[in-house]
Amino acid sequence: MEDVTLVVLILDSTVRLSAPLVLAALAGLFSERSGIIDIGLEGKMLGAAFAAAAAAAQTGSPWAGLAAGIAVSVALALLHGFACITHRGNQVVSGVALNILATGLTAVLGISWYARGGRTPPLGADARFLPITLPGAEAVRDAPVLGALYSELLSGHSFPVYVACLAVPLAAWTLYRTRFGLRLRAVGENPLSVDTAGISVPGLRYRAVICAGILCGVAGTYLSIAQSAGFVREMTAGKGYIALAALIFGKWRPLPATGACLLFGLLDAVAIRLQGTPLPGIGEVPVQFIQALPYVLTVILLAGFIGRAIPPRAIGIPYVKER
Amino acid sequence: MSKRMFLAAIIVILATPVTSMAVAADIQPAIVYDLGGKFDKSFNEGVFDGASAFKKNTGIEYRDFEIQNDSQREQALRNFARRGNDPILAVGFSQAAAVEKVAKEFPTIHFAIIDSMVNQPNVQSIVFKEQEGSFVVGVLASMAAKSGKIGFVGGMDIPLIRRFACGYIQGARYANANVEVFQNMTGTTGAAWSDPVKGGELAKSQFDRGADVVYHAAGGTGIGVLQAAADANKLGIGVDSNQNHLHPGKVLTSMLKRVDVATQQTFMEARAGTWKPGLKVLGLKENGVGWALDENNKALITPTMKAAADKATADIAAGTIQVHDYMADNHCPTK
Repeated sequence: MEDVTLVVLILDSTVRLSAPLVLAALAGLFSERSGIIDIGLEGKMLGAAFAAAAAAAQTGSPWAGLAAGIAVSVALALLHGFACITHRGNQVVSGVALNILATGLTAVLGISWYARGGRTPPLGADARFLPITLPGAEAVRDAPVLGALYSELLSGHSFPVYVACLAVPLAAWTLYRTRFGLRLRAVGENPLSVDTAGISVPGLRYRAVICAGILCGVAGTYLSIAQSAGFVREMTAGKGYIALAALIFGKWRPLPATGACLLFGLLDAVAIRLQGTPLPGIGEVPVQFIQALPYVLTVILLAGFIGRAIPPRAIGIPYVKER
Repeated sequence: MSKRMFLAAIIVILATPVTSMAVAADIQPAIVYDLGGKFDKSFNEGVFDGASAFKKNTGIEYRDFEIQNDSQREQALRNFARRGNDPILAVGFSQAAAVEKVAKEFPTIHFAIIDSMVNQPNVQSIVFKEQEGSFVVGVLASMAAKSGKIGFVGGMDIPLIRRFACGYIQGARYANANVEVFQNMTGTTGAAWSDPVKGGELAKSQFDRGADVVYHAAGGTGIGVLQAAADANKLGIGVDSNQNHLHPGKVLTSMLKRVDVATQQTFMEARAGTWKPGLKVLGLKENGVGWALDENNKALITPTMKAAADKATADIAAGTIQVHDYMADNHCPTK
């Protein structure tokens, strides 16, 4: 029973840690499948996290925070789009610029508005997305195994986590089963043929980066007002890059990318739980080894099991209608 | 003619501050804050409070500068030194290299640095015995934990943070020899100071293992630790400045580093002419570290706990309890 509880707790923490990665990876998926490299996931999440925390602190409503987070993230995405769709700039440079802009701007605004060293005011329970207890979770808690699974693992997460859960099938359906998805994939592979068919390439790509902006907005909001209670400088701590890695890991497909995000989340959760706990037969493992584990496994998996990841063919190439 | 008047005007302008300086025989202290700024509700603000108290007590004005990026440290120090400010206080260990360089350039000016050591004949290095303050909060944590299990979450895994952890464990064992301590570090890079999400997860994992009280020494990451403690209806312990107000009734106490005391002291010494270069170590005895008790945590600290903490404080100050310093030999005697 003890082991079951431990496993459930690790999985529970996996879900919490993976949710922002899943949302960001799906954001990257939309952008990159349309042919726009999205290094700026990190910056969009950071901007959204700050906006959400600031708006929630101002209004006391998490929904206002979510709206502000999405608005800022979409604005940053449009900026990226303006630079590299309209003006055909280098997409990597634009993305990196976005990250630097978000890092600097959130710190400067945070310090000048709140004078707390870049932190936003701590949020009360009303201004945050709190864990939602699903119906019947308390009633079945004592049932063996399944009770624990339902009450710990499925129930008790905050709103954005459930959004992330729904976003995966929704993104897969949009990409593979709708006209918009078909065109989106086509514009990332061969924009010329899409253009020949009379569909606007910039229009499609703008719509793709807006989708990315919305998803990053939810991810950032989750970080600052659901998982924590306020913004801290550079609080994304590289999650955007991890999500990007997961996207490549998953070969630019929604379900494998989600799987990769869950794997990263699981490794992180295991690393957190294993720190300082003696393992049977081995004894206590040094902290550094546990912390390096996710990265070591990434290298092993990438080298040995995943194989070659083939990006969308037109990725990174600005579309020029005619010379 | 007009040129000459212009020149004369410039000379007058240049001469004014010089004469006024000659009239005021008092010291002209200056402060260079670390990144985070003067009102960071933590370390830098402590220095600001100390300087404000000094100004109030003595009526002496001071200058200060908030750096916006790393490259400004040296520039700011040099500017103050050139203008004749003396002493110049640099806040934070990241200023060590800049202080060392500028102190060499201005051998007659007195410099002081908080939280690091700079070996120059005109630099005073102020460091704190964090292990002693951590010992006392360890005593409190151990007594507050009904389960007999407590936790520690560190920021970046560096000897300084191990020193906090080691002092905490010693204190916990002193109060209850059978207490179980979980110790976690957030990471091995600078990002470990600003990852409240991971801090919260680490704290949650310790609560799941049965901990009742978790002490953090993790900067911004610790905000997540205290939040997780408040959410789980457990107790957190703050660090550096008084963090009791963050979650009233959910923060057991805070380990205080009295940078305000240190700031005031070094300025006072400079004024009295007793300022000395070299290492200055502030512990419980010198009132350099301590623990916070205010209206936010009054209900959490029972009279027995207060008595035990006061006794530990007195014993450490008197030298009857020796708290091992992790940084002395990179080893902690108790696990």
